[in-house]
Amino acid sequence: MTAIAAKPEIAPLGRMLLAQTWSELRIRWRIPAFSVTIVALPVLFFTFFGLPYAKQTLPNGSSLGAYLVASFAAYSVGSVMVFGFGIGVATERGLKVDVLMRATPLPPLIAILAKVLNALAYALLSLVVLIAYAIVVGGIRQDLTVWLDMIARLLAGSVPFIALGFAIGYLCGPNVAPAVANLVYLPLTFASGLFIPLSQLPGFVRGIAPYLPAYHYGQLGWSAVGANTERLSVSIAWLAGYTALFLLIAFRAYQREESRKFG
Amino acid sequence: MLGPNGAGKTTSISLMLGLRQPTAGQARLFGLPPTDRRARSRCGVMLQESGTTSVLTVREIVDVFRAYYPAPLPAERAIAMAGLTEQAAARIGTLSGGQRQRLYFALAICGDPDILFLDEPTVGMDVEARRAFTASIQTLSGAGKTIVFTTHYLREAEELARRIIVIDRGTVIADASPQELKARVPGKKITLLAGRPFAPADLDGLPARVLNMSGARASLLSNEPAAVLREVFRRGVDVVDLEVTGADLEEAFLMLTRRSEDAP
Repeated sequence: MTAIAAKPEIAPLGRMLLAQTWSELRIRWRIPAFSVTIVALPVLFFTFFGLPYAKQTLPNGSSLGAYLVASFAAYSVGSVMVFGFGIGVATERGLKVDVLMRATPLPPLIAILAKVLNALAYALLSLVVLIAYAIVVGGIRQDLTVWLDMIARLLAGSVPFIALGFAIGYLCGPNVAPAVANLVYLPLTFASGLFIPLSQLPGFVRGIAPYLPAYHYGQLGWSAVGANTERLSVSIAWLAGYTALFLLIAFRAYQREESRKFG
Repeated sequence: MLGPNGAGKTTSISLMLGLRQPTAGQARLFGLPPTDRRARSRCGVMLQESGTTSVLTVREIVDVFRAYYPAPLPAERAIAMAGLTEQAAARIGTLSGGQRQRLYFALAICGDPDILFLDEPTVGMDVEARRAFTASIQTLSGAGKTIVFTTHYLREAEELARRIIVIDRGTVIADASPQELKARVPGKKITLLAGRPFAPADLDGLPARVLNMSGARASLLSNEPAAVLREVFRRGVDVVDLEVTGADLEEAFLMLTRRSEDAP
């Protein structure tokens, strides 16, 4: 044994993850187009589409206000995932950040995990702001456990939207990704009854909604306030299916990029 | 590694780093596949075609990169070696092109690597930055680091390298010390102005390489300018003006890389 062998061969993965997550958080925070939008838009939408009905109740006796909070909470988390990953990944590819990162010892999985943690943190922030707003301004009262349950269900169920974000990020260039993310996500959430309850939407929308991922994702949020219209296991199965589909698309796009850039 | 644009310098670096896969053969770094994290932890990289976020500060991104390496340099040291101390608190987006290039250098060295791969490191650097960069390279080299860099400036290679590998269109055409390489390329440039347009026969078979011939003006590269001129006069070429200067190394080098193309 010699004293020279003291230098460790690789940096601790935990330290890499911490530094990477922290930098992602700061980067996002400093892009107001992201940080302001993901916090302000759900509150704004809730003000227009939710507040006027805050005090009403659903036929089953649960609060319509809480139902609408769940709707916009689902919209909010999904948008953090789709826009954060979609535009984020496309921008990094555009700036060729990925090329330099690949040459460093940072494992790609740590980089992705940091992005997921970062997105979950922003989703949580946006949920806390929205719920606080609904309580303070809308006067919507629920047990704390209901709100916590809603947050937990929506964060845990956000995986298909992470996958969708990655798919958009790898399929689109940095200039196209924001448009595509909007064109996909807004109609998707609208037709899933996240903006206006499905019962108020035209019949053909009610017909397609049960096939859309955001509809089943909304169910997760509504289930927290006892207003879901399908069994939780059904929602989870649909979300798992969409996760697989979006991951497949993302993986294909990633592979295409790999062979072109690093083949 | 020296070669004109499109010679394959970046591709070679990419292969050494495992960023591209060779169609045949294999690359090894420290006896490991270059993609191995242990190998990557010992090398620093500055790539031509790469970017980074613009919203972090210099200090912040250096700190993030330091976390990737087992025994990084102190951040201040890496930033100082890159000549960015004054810009440490500045956002990356506000840096000039040359400063950005220095930032990439800081990111390359912040992990205290044993080997540095620098792809065209001085592109976009101003004179001052280039001087600071040269000094840092010499310091690192003196500390026992291996530095592989690409350039298309012979002067730069000559100044910084102990070994120069000239590549052209994917093939190694020379592998020598700067002194040996210099001896191999023509040292003098002869410019001729004639009373009439040159014909190819005027300059055929001379101990020189024709660099340029248009109308009544011609320039040649040679190690024997006296012999060339003697022969030109013997052939009765109506020379009205002539100039013999030390060859521009860039031109001489270009001749070297074009040799295979010109061969009959």
